[in-house]
Amino acid sequence: MILYKDTLPSGKHWSMKMRRGTSLRLIDKTGNANVGMLFYNPENLLERYNAPDTLKCQHTFKLTKGHCLYSDMGRIFCAITDDSFGWHDTVCGNTNASMSEKKWGPRDYQNHRNSWKQNGNDAFLVEATKYGLNKQDLAANLNLFSKVEPNDDGALTYSVSQSKAGDFIDLRFEMDTIVLFHTCPHPLNDSAQYPEFEVEYQIFSSATVTDDDLCKNSCAENQRGYENNRLYHLGL
Amino acid sequence: MIIESSLQAEATIDREVVNAGDYYLKVVKKGQTVRILDLEGNQAADTLFYNANNVSERYSATDTIREQGNVYLTAGSVLMSNECKPMLKIVADTCGRHDTVGGACATESNTVRYALEKKCMHACRDSWLLAIAENEALGLSKKDITHNINFFMNVPVTSDGKLSFADGISGAGKYVELEALMDVVVLISNCPQLNNPCNAYNPTPIEILIWN
Ligand SMILES: [Zn+2]
Repeated sequence: MILYKDTLPSGKHWSMKMRRGTSLRLIDKTGNANVGMLFYNPENLLERYNAPDTLKCQHTFKLTKGHCLYSDMGRIFCAITDDSFGWHDTVCGNTNASMSEKKWGPRDYQNHRNSWKQNGNDAFLVEATKYGLNKQDLAANLNLFSKVEPNDDGALTYSVSQSKAGDFIDLRFEMDTIVLFHTCPHPLNDSAQYPEFEVEYQIFSSATVTDDDLCKNSCAENQRGYENNRLYHLGL
Repeated sequence: MIIESSLQAEATIDREVVNAGDYYLKVVKKGQTVRILDLEGNQAADTLFYNANNVSERYSATDTIREQGNVYLTAGSVLMSNECKPMLKIVADTCGRHDTVGGACATESNTVRYALEKKCMHACRDSWLLAIAENEALGLSKKDITHNINFFMNVPVTSDGKLSFADGISGAGKYVELEALMDVVVLISNCPQLNNPCNAYNPTPIEILIWN
């Protein structure tokens, strides 16, 4: 059952607290979406999403169904329980104001009002500051719906096969989590015009996590991550 | 890319051996060159850089990876800050490839990667936290302990999206040399990890040399 849903066009930002036991579904309504995302623990803001720990403990460079998204304290903020796209980036960071201006022209509120060309860095700063966080708290973020492929020499290419209308990802939250997110373009997106797209996000109650849960059992590391969450909720 | 340095060890203004499991913290001025030397081979040097005049500006792995379009660091790589400004440039490298995706070891992440019982084994993040606690005047806190460079570490990524921790490609006497493009605080944890091949399961000393 959907408890809440809303739609954001590109170039926007928002934040919220996702409760343990709820899930967040993001749907690319138009194709070619990008959602920048960061996580913090509301009980201790110094605990935050850690991309390196997430990648190395699951021996993966891409993120997709079956993966868990870890904090820097060995805990799982959320698990990717479903994903129709298959490859989400977490190493390329954000657009910033000068990069965005170079690609798509100045961010001009006077003329463009809320269609101005917001950038991911400023978007995160606004949301972070609402919680007393600042630029030093920003970390390598997720870029959901954006695929960036490495070759054998480590060179990265913004994939020609990006997400299509209807692609979605489900994040099942395993602890209370502050979620900062934006719908600014991926920094490697070189489209001639500022990308226009739309993302729907839905919140719903998670199904019970069973012993044979895909994300919990996708590797021994995730079983230990879930045990760390269990201990955390005991107070350890 | 392998590029050897022409700098002579006798001409350094500062040199210091950092034992396995210890930290190194020093300011390198704009225009100076710093060499990180793998004395015995296969040693990971987990490194963070800060703008010495404003530590809220710091090394950013994402800005560096994106701006050079490559996940590995080597000679020619320019290390970018979270303000997307150049901080240092790798001017010599006899190892050929360094990691900036895998991050550092921490006691908490060790529990996930290896075993819950390993939670009290010494880790890079502990060295950094001690370093900033012992050098309070710098104004650094846990929020500044973030996504680092692993000099001498080999973390191959593949075109199908996998990532692994492979045997090191460094060896005794290999080094990486960086020219500072602004005044930087250099903070290194000489990795104490005993559970993976990044140190060949045997942490050893490194040496840091600075030239004017
Ligand atoms: Zn380490």
